[in-house]
Amino acid sequence: MADLLPEHPDFLWRNPDPKSSYDAVIVGGGGHGLATAYYLAKNHGMTNIAVLERGWLAGGNMARNTTIIRSNYLWDESAAMYEHSLKLWEILPEELEYDFLFSQRGVMNLAHTLGDVRESVRRVNANKLNGIDAEWISPEQVKELCPIINIGDDIRYPVMGATYQPRAGIAKHDHVAWAFARKCDEMGVDIIQNCEVNGFVMDGDRVVGVETSRGRINAGKVGLCGAGHSSVLAELAGFRLPIQSHPLQALVSELHEPVHPTVVMSNHVHVYVSQAHKGELVMGAGVDAYNGYGQRGAFHVIEDQMAAAVELFPIFARAHVLRTWGGIVDVTLDASPIVSKTPVDQMYVNCGWGTGGFKGTPGAGYAFAHTIANDEPHPLNEPFALERFETGVLIDEHGAAAVAH
Amino acid sequence: MLLIECPHCGPRDETEYQYGGEAHVAYPEDPSQLSDKEWAEYLFYRNNPKGLIAERWAHAVGCRRWFNVVRDTVTYEIKAVYRIGEPKPEIGGVK
Repeated sequence: MADLLPEHPDFLWRNPDPKSSYDAVIVGGGGHGLATAYYLAKNHGMTNIAVLERGWLAGGNMARNTTIIRSNYLWDESAAMYEHSLKLWEILPEELEYDFLFSQRGVMNLAHTLGDVRESVRRVNANKLNGIDAEWISPEQVKELCPIINIGDDIRYPVMGATYQPRAGIAKHDHVAWAFARKCDEMGVDIIQNCEVNGFVMDGDRVVGVETSRGRINAGKVGLCGAGHSSVLAELAGFRLPIQSHPLQALVSELHEPVHPTVVMSNHVHVYVSQAHKGELVMGAGVDAYNGYGQRGAFHVIEDQMAAAVELFPIFARAHVLRTWGGIVDVTLDASPIVSKTPVDQMYVNCGWGTGGFKGTPGAGYAFAHTIANDEPHPLNEPFALERFETGVLIDEHGAAAVAH
Repeated sequence: MLLIECPHCGPRDETEYQYGGEAHVAYPEDPSQLSDKEWAEYLFYRNNPKGLIAERWAHAVGCRRWFNVVRDTVTYEIKAVYRIGEPKPEIGGVK
């Protein structure tokens, strides 16, 4: 007879039934929802709170992103938010007592045209003024940092240089979620999976609870961290968001020996590549053009990004696509997030992180928790309020932030 | 990849088209009279339904004409194609 299976290891969090009432409820148990709950408990002493997750913990975009972390954004507001986030990433493994493989292997954003070069150098200068590590590097330096890249001048879009942020990198996304979840749980936060919110309980202009697939839960405050489904949640609450939901795809190859020591992004030819710790090449590109909630996109988008990847990394021609998948990203028209109060009293929204939410996980949670606890934004997220679409004070990172949309 | 039936050219691959977002968003009749909130609505707020959406597509590498489509944003199934100027088809729940 075969040996019995070993005992199941300890669970990292309880799976409690929802209580009838909480001081605050966070809708969405992805990275941002968990980070928000963590900082609500840790920084603001709010431990009688719950995170409600429609499916399983961190099964949405937190499970589907390409794990790139960087803070080299152009505008001051973004730089402050993402740099704060990066500084939190740097202390979180110790703080959460969990080695989630945060690896500061650097991120390069390639320039392929004169326009790219000018934009990149401008961004490096802006980053330096904001105290963010950034440098402009030559094609030869690009090659030195990443020997497998093709810097020949005989390709359609030759590498003319790159911006480089040494403190940027990657982390193991699932472990990040689990690390937050375990700490939340230790502090008394209820993480409730398979609990879909399908309505809000209102008292006049104020939210006082949520209707869920597991019954009504009263809540003093409600924070929405619904990512691609933010518009659906807002509609249930009776207001609109300037968000469009799009499919965004990514893929991995089979496992390879370590060949790619850093992270390379190219906005112009539209691919970004790193190599995960266990060896897969991880790649992503831009969103599918149309609105979609299907968590899948079209293969021609994958083909385009593979063409770009093989031209930049000829060695990849021998690799195989092992798996592709899609998530639903919530995109704003200025490509900046919304971390804000809402027209509903005691309801708050964190959304619009679009294609770049993973890197913002701790920063978003930190600022959003402050907003929820104090009923007013933290200075970090004050510029990211819904009102900016009326005042016109947009934070236009489209094309400015080395973001590959 | 979507197979989209251009009302002028017939069915073609999605790669021949350009997406134009929500359909039937009219330019304000009297822009000078709009409040900041109304301008924000016009410029930045678009329907984002999980379900049926009326949206614009342009046959960019074909006849280069714009037309409208009703599509399900979950299944991606196209329910109707109609020309600019024609009314939105009456299909349950379309936004």
